[in-house]
Amino acid sequence: MTARVLLIEDEPNISEAISFILTRDGCEVSRLADGAGAVAHVRAAMPDLVILDLMLPGRSGLEILTDLRADPLTAALPVLMLTAKGQGRDREAAMRAGVNSFMTKPFSNDEIRATVRKLTGRET
Amino acid sequence: MPRPQNHALIGTLLRERRLTLGLKQAEVALGAGISPSYLNLIEHNRRKTGPEVLARLSAHLGADVASLGGGAGHALIDDLRAAAAMVPGAGAELDRAEDFAGRYPGWAGVLAATVQRAGQLERLVGALNDRITHDPHLSAALHEVLSSATSVRSTAAILAGSEDIDPDWRARFHRNLDEDSARLALGAEALVAYLDASASGAAGADAAPTAPQDEVEGWLAARGWHLAELDAPGGRAVLEAEVRRLASGAARRMGLDFLSAAADEAAKVPLGALRAALARQGGDPGLVAAEMGVPVLTVMRRMAMAPGAPEGLVICDASGTLLFRKPIEGFALPRFGAACPLWPLFTALGRPMAPVSAVVETAGRAPRLFAALAICESHLPQGFGGPELRVAGMLLRPLDVAPEAVLGVGTSCRICPRAGCAARREPSILTDTQR
Repeated sequence: MTARVLLIEDEPNISEAISFILTRDGCEVSRLADGAGAVAHVRAAMPDLVILDLMLPGRSGLEILTDLRADPLTAALPVLMLTAKGQGRDREAAMRAGVNSFMTKPFSNDEIRATVRKLTGRET
Repeated sequence: MPRPQNHALIGTLLRERRLTLGLKQAEVALGAGISPSYLNLIEHNRRKTGPEVLARLSAHLGADVASLGGGAGHALIDDLRAAAAMVPGAGAELDRAEDFAGRYPGWAGVLAATVQRAGQLERLVGALNDRITHDPHLSAALHEVLSSATSVRSTAAILAGSEDIDPDWRARFHRNLDEDSARLALGAEALVAYLDASASGAAGADAAPTAPQDEVEGWLAARGWHLAELDAPGGRAVLEAEVRRLASGAARRMGLDFLSAAADEAAKVPLGALRAALARQGGDPGLVAAEMGVPVLTVMRRMAMAPGAPEGLVICDASGTLLFRKPIEGFALPRFGAACPLWPLFTALGRPMAPVSAVVETAGRAPRLFAALAICESHLPQGFGGPELRVAGMLLRPLDVAPEAVLGVGTSCRICPRAGCAARREPSILTDTQR
């Protein structure tokens, strides 16, 4: 079964690499580079997983996550947050806001592949 | 009100007084109507003295012993209790703090001073940690490095692990790798330059990493806050070459921006014309600005950066962040954290184009007087459709005589000792340590 993944990441080359890796792993990946319209986009697309960068232009990943968890439609949607080392406080805040998993940059391709498989119920 | 009967050092003080007078314990005890053994216990702070016995001992020793210790004994005991509170699980005998201070006042003083120093260092570590956590330059440099490293790592792994990759994708990833490796190199260079500048500037425990603004201001200070080359043909290139030698890229950019604006202002307000106008207008930057048809802040900057100018100048943006700090002796300008909200600079910031003039007095043991002239200018760089940008400036001149109305100000709450300030945001470490 194909998992639909929405990747919200403003670094184009990171976004391209993740998209390539996950597409090759059987996911259908759509991409957003800005946080401003992210919540509306998620509601409209209702993907199987949202990969959300913490630091985004327009709106932070934490604000987007908080909105998603407040809406019954998206409250249970799996969210994988991308953070950088040194963002410990933000990670704690995201944990409280209900994130499902974290990936700390820089991460390996195997790590993100395995985590996405787990969160989309395709663990082998 | 002193508490002589409970003073921890009374016994020690009595003993010192007796020995100074060359009297024997038995002699003094007899005179005070107590037994020598009881006096011995009192002198070793093992028995508290009642007011009557103390009065008799004092009379016999010819001194108001209770007053000899002043408040020092109580302060020492308070410090010992504070020390115990800092290590709650250590089992310090709180009820015997007075006994300890009395029997070993030297060691008690050492302990109190050590604990006080530890508290100061903890605050310093906290402040430095806070600064590193919130330093926007460090944060941006690290983010750039981590983002580039993430992209390089993922892309390289894709290229290394996917033999069947489409030629178009392969070309795209090669290009990405090239871009990101260049970004990584630049980011690492910026980070190293920043840390190098921090290390070379860290002269002691109180030193902190150098921010780009500090670098630019350090360069200006080294030039005596005057850029003579701007008033000479072709001189700007010399200054630009100096700025390009600053340690960090951010400082170089800020320095070049500053030079560009300063050159523009030097052309509008040449030094000779400025001096003549100041002489005609009694040194009033508002009148000089009106005469020369330039903004008041331009005149203030030109005045502060004239050769040997005695004036200090502070400029801030709408957030109150200090963008420019030409110091003046006796008026400390904060390097970190927000400045005193009572500065006329901030009064002006809330009232664009309304001049603010005040005499301010600094806080501390040797208060100084300054005449402060402040004004805020409003700019619309993107017209009515964009944001309004405010810049405020405050020119400071030293004053010797205080007029009737003086405004008491400080530097920054953390290091301002002014008591009872209505604008205080946080306690001062100075009043903490003086407690």
